Amino acid sequence: MLEARLKKTFAPQPDSAGFTLDLEFTATQGVTVLFGPSGAGKTLVLDSVAGFVGPDEGRILLDGDILFDGAAGVHLAPRQRNCGYVFQNYALFPHMTLRQNLEFAAERRPRLERHRRVNEMLERFRLTEAAGRRPHEVSGGQRQRCSIARALIGAPKLLLLDEPATGLDAPLRAEFYEALRQVQSEFKTPMLLVTHDLAECFELAEDMLILHEGRIIQKGTPREILEEPANLEVARLLGAFNLIDAEIRTLDPGRNTSGVMLGEFELEGLYFPGHLKGDQVTLCVRPEQIRVAARDGKLGPNQIPADLKRIVERPHGLRLEFTSEAITGVIRATVSRAEYERYRETRQWVLHFPSEALRVV
Amino acid sequence: MPIDWFPLRLSLQVALVSTALALVAGLWIAYLLANRHFRGKDALDAAVTLPLVLPPTVLGYYLLVLIGRASPVGRVWEAVFGAPLVFSVNAAILAALLHALPLLVKSARAALESVDRNYERAARNLGASEWRVFMRVTLPLARRSILAATALAFARALGDFGVTLMVAGNIPGRTQTVAVAIYDAVESGNGAAARVMVIVISVVALGILTLANRLTPESAPRH
Repeated sequence: MLEARLKKTFAPQPDSAGFTLDLEFTATQGVTVLFGPSGAGKTLVLDSVAGFVGPDEGRILLDGDILFDGAAGVHLAPRQRNCGYVFQNYALFPHMTLRQNLEFAAERRPRLERHRRVNEMLERFRLTEAAGRRPHEVSGGQRQRCSIARALIGAPKLLLLDEPATGLDAPLRAEFYEALRQVQSEFKTPMLLVTHDLAECFELAEDMLILHEGRIIQKGTPREILEEPANLEVARLLGAFNLIDAEIRTLDPGRNTSGVMLGEFELEGLYFPGHLKGDQVTLCVRPEQIRVAARDGKLGPNQIPADLKRIVERPHGLRLEFTSEAITGVIRATVSRAEYERYRETRQWVLHFPSEALRVV
Repeated sequence: MPIDWFPLRLSLQVALVSTALALVAGLWIAYLLANRHFRGKDALDAAVTLPLVLPPTVLGYYLLVLIGRASPVGRVWEAVFGAPLVFSVNAAILAALLHALPLLVKSARAALESVDRNYERAARNLGASEWRVFMRVTLPLARRSILAATALAFARALGDFGVTLMVAGNIPGRTQTVAVAIYDAVESGNGAAARVMVIVISVVALGILTLANRLTPESAPRH
């Protein structure tokens, strides 16, 4: 288990603004994902745990061993930390064969054991045939498996991965996730993975930490976070929501309802605790929760009129982009192809917001 | 008139030894400059580069002051080895070293700094000591550039004239290197000997340049 409390400040420079990393988290079994935009400090966290960077203050414990303690002045060298690191571009030594790369990582073991261990890892990661070749002579999949094998050969207590799937094509990405699942099931090494890809979080993460400007702004499983983003910032970072400005008109805890105004249209949602009548709020609605239909005379409850502006083909279904007099900006709705075909001749659309889909952030 | 091959042999020996010394010292200094932060780093950098820009006579003068028979270094040397350091082959080696070292340090530092930091981090992360990181990862990856720099340093060491003349002198059969011998031959009207040595040195230098160019990483296989 990794327990980290980190603080590091970079003073503003003429060519860059200052930056402060200030966070605390634990990573237990399975994959913990550090999610955030570029510049949020994700890699800085990994580098602090690996020992490449020294925080100003804080404490890092790995399975109870102190790797860093600002107050006590403990700062173990990277080679003493026993953390595997998978680099973004793998950083396999280009002048060594795959086998030599693994041997390099196992060099502190006695010779016979080293040999056995290298062979075992080559076999487990299906690299035996390519073992005699150099990184630039093997496939992308072999390179990534080799970088994982190399990181694991010293039996680390934690595996750090820095955007390892960024820039990979889809098949390679799938292969990579497969390799990581193998690590989870066979080695049981906890992993701390940095990414800015939400799909990747769902693919791999048991726990997710959302990082923004050096701070953790939400923790939870990917599902929990997607269903209940803690604040507007999280909702923005996930990029998976329609964010709509609205004003609260009525609040009725007894019937568990609230009324919100979108322009001159009223929608009914569940009761929003902690708000007052007249509050200006931002509603956060996922594109797949919005239903679309053709306008049929009068507007029904929780419907607003809308104009279809753009259709974007997605691998699964379509994304429709609407504008509406009720809101500023664009509303996105994800629908199946069949649903769209049903209304394709429509000139006038309505968007239906189910009550339970309305969430205030 | 028979041609005396001694100066050429001596020059090759001097260049070889001084290049070897420059390689060891140069790599060490380049490593410090590329990786460490310490007080006086800029001063060290400047001191190593200075021989590139100072006139040879100035360098020769400094060297004479430093290793002359009256200087502490010269006296210790004479007490230990029984012969003065100046006007010996060793002085010629020092003179050549003075020219080879700056070239090597400059190029080696650039070569070491051009190695992707992530390879070194990966090596550290995998449990390697700084020495192993350098010997097994950084150095092999910078190998070609450093070899190219070494070849150029060798060529430079081969051709020194001014400093060698001042500290090693012009003693035929003992300290007369080829550059000095050419000067000597021209001065004494021995055009044939001068021509032969000029041609040999030119060919050697051209060969080294070709080698160095082939070693520069542009033609190296992509990693």
